[in-house]
This record gives sequence, C-alpha cells and structure tokens, in this order.
Amino acid sequence: MDKSFKHMKLGDKLFEIFILLVGVLVLLCVIYPLYYVVIASISNPSLVMTGGVWLYPRQLTLDGFEALLGEAKIWIGYRNTIFYSIAGTMLSMLVTIPAAYSLSRKDFKARRPLMLFFLFTMYFSGGLIPTYLLISNTLHLTDTVWVMIVPFCLNVYNMIIVRSYFENSLPADLWEAAQLDGCSNTRFLITIAVPLSMAVISVVMLYYLVANWNAYFNGLIYLRDDELVPLQLVLRDILLMNEMMANSLSTGGSMGLDGAMKRAYQIKFTSIIVGTLPMMILYPFLQKYFEKGVMIGAIKG
Amino acid sequence: MNGGNAVKKAVNPHQQHKRSWKLEFKRNKALYFFILPAIIEVIIFNYMPMYGVQIAFRNFKPIQGIWGSKWVGMKWFLRFFNSPQFETVVLNTITLSLQLLIFSFPISLLFALLINQYKSKRFRSVVQTVSYAPHFISTVVMCGMITLFLSPSQGLYGSICQAIGVKPINPMGEASLYRPIYIISDIWQQMGWESIIFVAALSSIDPGLYDAATVDGANRFQRILHIEIPSLVSTATLILIMRIGGIMSMGFEKSYLLQNDLNSRVSEIIATYVYKVGLTGTPQYSYSAAIGLFNSVINLCLLVTFNSLSRRFGETSLW
Repeated sequence: MDKSFKHMKLGDKLFEIFILLVGVLVLLCVIYPLYYVVIASISNPSLVMTGGVWLYPRQLTLDGFEALLGEAKIWIGYRNTIFYSIAGTMLSMLVTIPAAYSLSRKDFKARRPLMLFFLFTMYFSGGLIPTYLLISNTLHLTDTVWVMIVPFCLNVYNMIIVRSYFENSLPADLWEAAQLDGCSNTRFLITIAVPLSMAVISVVMLYYLVANWNAYFNGLIYLRDDELVPLQLVLRDILLMNEMMANSLSTGGSMGLDGAMKRAYQIKFTSIIVGTLPMMILYPFLQKYFEKGVMIGAIKG
Repeated sequence: MNGGNAVKKAVNPHQQHKRSWKLEFKRNKALYFFILPAIIEVIIFNYMPMYGVQIAFRNFKPIQGIWGSKWVGMKWFLRFFNSPQFETVVLNTITLSLQLLIFSFPISLLFALLINQYKSKRFRSVVQTVSYAPHFISTVVMCGMITLFLSPSQGLYGSICQAIGVKPINPMGEASLYRPIYIISDIWQQMGWESIIFVAALSSIDPGLYDAATVDGANRFQRILHIEIPSLVSTATLILIMRIGGIMSMGFEKSYLLQNDLNSRVSEIIATYVYKVGLTGTPQYSYSAAIGLFNSVINLCLLVTFNSLSRRFGETSLW
C-alpha cells in the first residue's frame, strides 16, 4: 500500500488523501450523534444540559440507567417486544419460506397467477381505515397479543427475495434426483432447500426481526392496554411525549423539581440506548449477508 | 437412466401446460399446502380491506355494517377535493418526498462511489459497517434523538447558540425548517443502506477495464468518470424510477412523530391526515377511507406507469 502510494502520480496522491479525509469525515458524522447519546447517558445531566459534555463523559454516573431500569413500564415494554419479535419472526418465517419454495418451483402450475396475487398487494392496499375496521370490528383483535403478531406477518418483498434465492441456488436436477430417491417435497424443503439457503434465510429473518423490534404503528392504533404495549410505544412516551416517569420524580424528587427535570432529561438518553442496544449488538454479526440480500431482492425480483 | 428421462419428460413445460389442474393438484399437493398459509394471510389482511374500501362510497356507521350503510357515491371524495386541506396535504406529500429524493438519491450514489475508491479492505468495511448502522434505529428513537438534539433550552445546540451570543430558535417549531430536518436526518439514517445496491453494482465491474484504463494513462478521476459512473447508470435509473413511482406513498411514522402544532402547516401529509381524520377525535371513517383510497389509486397509477417505464428501459425490470 505504502509502496504503491510512493509511485503514484501527484494528482493520484492528492486524490487518495482527499477520499480518505472525506471517508473519515463521513464516519465522524455518522458516529458522533450515537457517541453523544452514549456519553450523555453516563454523564452528570446538569453538565449535559448546559453543553458541558461533548467530547467525553464527565462526572460519570449510572443514575439514569438505574432510574430507567427501576421503571416497571420499561420492563413491560421489553418483555412484550421480545415476545412479539420472537413469535412474530417465527410465524413470518414459517409462512414465508414454504410459500417462497412453492413459488420457486418451475413445475408449480399456479406459480404465475399466485405471484400476481401476491404482487398486487404491493401495488394497492385498502388503506388504513378499512384495515382498522377489519381488525377491530370484524376480527376483534384490538387489545390482544395477536394483533402484534398475526396481521401482515407475510412481507411479499421478503418472500420474493427467498424465492429468487431458491430459484438460483437449487438446480432443477437436484429436486429431480431427490424425487427419484423417494424424497417428498416436505423433506426436500427441510433437509435440502433450507440448509442450502441459510445465507438468504438469515437476511430475511433479520429483516423481520428488525421490523418487529421497531414496530410501533400497530401498537399505536390497536393497543390501549398498558400491559400489552411494545417497547417502542414506551420509548415514545419517554422521548416525545415528555412523560415524566414515576422514578425520575421520586429519585430526582429529593433534589426538587429541577432535579426531577434533569433526571427526566438523562432518562431520554438512557432509554435510547436501552431500546437500540439489542439491534446494534445483533447487526455486526449479520452485516456480511446484507449486500447479498439487497442484491437478490433488487435485481431478480 | 430410463427413470430419469421419464421424470424429465414429466416436467417438460409443453406437457406441463397440457396437464389438467386435477392432476396438478394431486402431483403438487405439498406445494399448495406450503403456500396456503401465505394465501390465507394475504386474503384476510390485504384483500379483505380492499373489499372494505367500499365504505369510501357509503355513509359508514359501525352499527349498520358495510352493507347496511347508505350509498353516497362520490360525496366524500368531492368533499376532500373541495376542502382547503386537499391542496395542503397533497402538496406537502409531494414536496417532501420529491425533495427527499432529490437530495438523498445523489448522495447515496456518491457515497457508493466513495466506498469503491478505498483499496484497503479493512477501511472499506469499517466505513460500510458504520454507515449501515443507523438504518437499524427505530423511527421513534430517531425522532427522539432529533428533538433531543435540537432542543433550544438544553444540550449542545442551545449552549452553542448561547456561547456565540445568538438567541436559540426552536427548530422543531419552525415550519420552514421542518423539511430540512426531516431530510438531513433521513440522509444520516439511510445513506449507507441505500448505497448498498450501488456498491454491489460497482463491485461487479470487470477488473480488466481498470487495467486497460491504467495502461491508457487514465488517472483516478478519469476512471470514475469513464468506467464507474457509466456502470452505475442502469442500476441507478432503475432505482430512481422505482423511487419516483413511490412518490405519493410517503410513510406515516416519521411525519407523525415529528409533527406539532407549530409545523403542521408543512408536516401534514396524506398519511397523517388520514390517521387524524379517521382515528382521532370523532372518527370520520368514510371520509378518511375516501382520502386513503384516493391516495392508493394515485399510487397504483404511478407504480404501474413507472414500472412499465423501467421495463422498457432495459433488461432489468422490477418483476
């Protein structure tokens, strides 16, 4: 690298330095807001409020986390979201993979009409109100856990990604050979198709998981029961509705109203971390698959 | 060997065409069984609301049900078209999504070109990993961060203003700043993610082209101009067409969460208005359904038009 750099023309050298600087600048722009949330969450809130914290944490404290994690609401939200995410993702995968497999088989006669049947839903929808009336008045799913798991568990786009991957990675000969050996469709799907397609299956699983974890709309319109709300709604109350939590009032209360305000301010930063951490931990492990997933989805369709 | 031929014959497309549906069901029973849950799901949650959308043409009362409610024809549509909100929400929707497209699309292209310049694999993957990360932050958290960072009385922004002696304005209360805030934060969050597909297109360039260009004495900038940009054109056109097709399907969540009384003049888009009319206050189901249907129909027309355009554009098409 260094050696080739020495032999470069001056213009190319300058270019090399320029793009490196731009890259570092972009990295800083992306990282800084996230970094700021982290240092603000563990610094003394008075200093954060007055702009005293911007490069590194000052007067380290975990009071914000303590106050937030002492809050029953956040645990309820967490519990619900973990349940919705796991159950929702599992159901989605169970619906998506077999359907994608059927659609990938060229000798499946209903392939084209069914494909159109699914694709049409990507172009047109009944809209919010008819959907709401169906779910609440006809199906009576309001204020049940089902409303967070069952409706829209199939994402047609994800199904197409898996179908394309099956089409490209499972040659027709493979199924023919397996069939000759007396292998049924079900066994072929479970023991051959799925294990051979783990790359795309993990991408789609991650898509579903992230979507479930971050889901907030269905909770907003279908859930009134505080025991059922997902984490994102709890976060909205803290971050955007400026709802003072009981704990910030009691722990900060000893410091007066001013203290309570500071605690509430700090809790906003800690709640961002608590709400985002699981995704951020999961993501680097699956990152290598993304490029593949996006490519399959966009090109083949 | 014989058996193999027989099976091959059986799946021969010509014969397959002739095969009756009855035989097909029998033969591919498992495949129909596999796809059944997906069909049921889509019928219930996608097609039944399409059937229910007829309430846009009725005076829907929950007690009377869909069929019991009186048919009123285009009443709700006309009311929407004649209302002062019509122009506001339609224009707000189009303006916001067009501006977002105009600014975010070239940036994700440039970012992909930038990533492609790095010869060091490690630096490249660091840039990629970091820039994709914000995509996984939820809209709620994103909007929370925006309001936290832009608070005029607390934190960095407020104190910087005070330090330089400027009275801090409240950016979230300024209608004129609403779109820039929405767009800049969106670019921050999605730039890396949206560049993935362009990075992939760039990585498929034949290395021989670079070698040939180097032999011809092309410098780095000329290589970008004459090799990399041309190789992006087809992918970029396709994505652009898709994005334009979705111009009226502006998402609900971010606008709803960033909205307040002070900026609602520009932040009210069709999706948030449908929600407000239909599900808050005294719900006006039929009126709201009509606005939603109006939006869906426009979306359908745009998507179909631009998809057929993209089909004409090249061998790559959406479906």
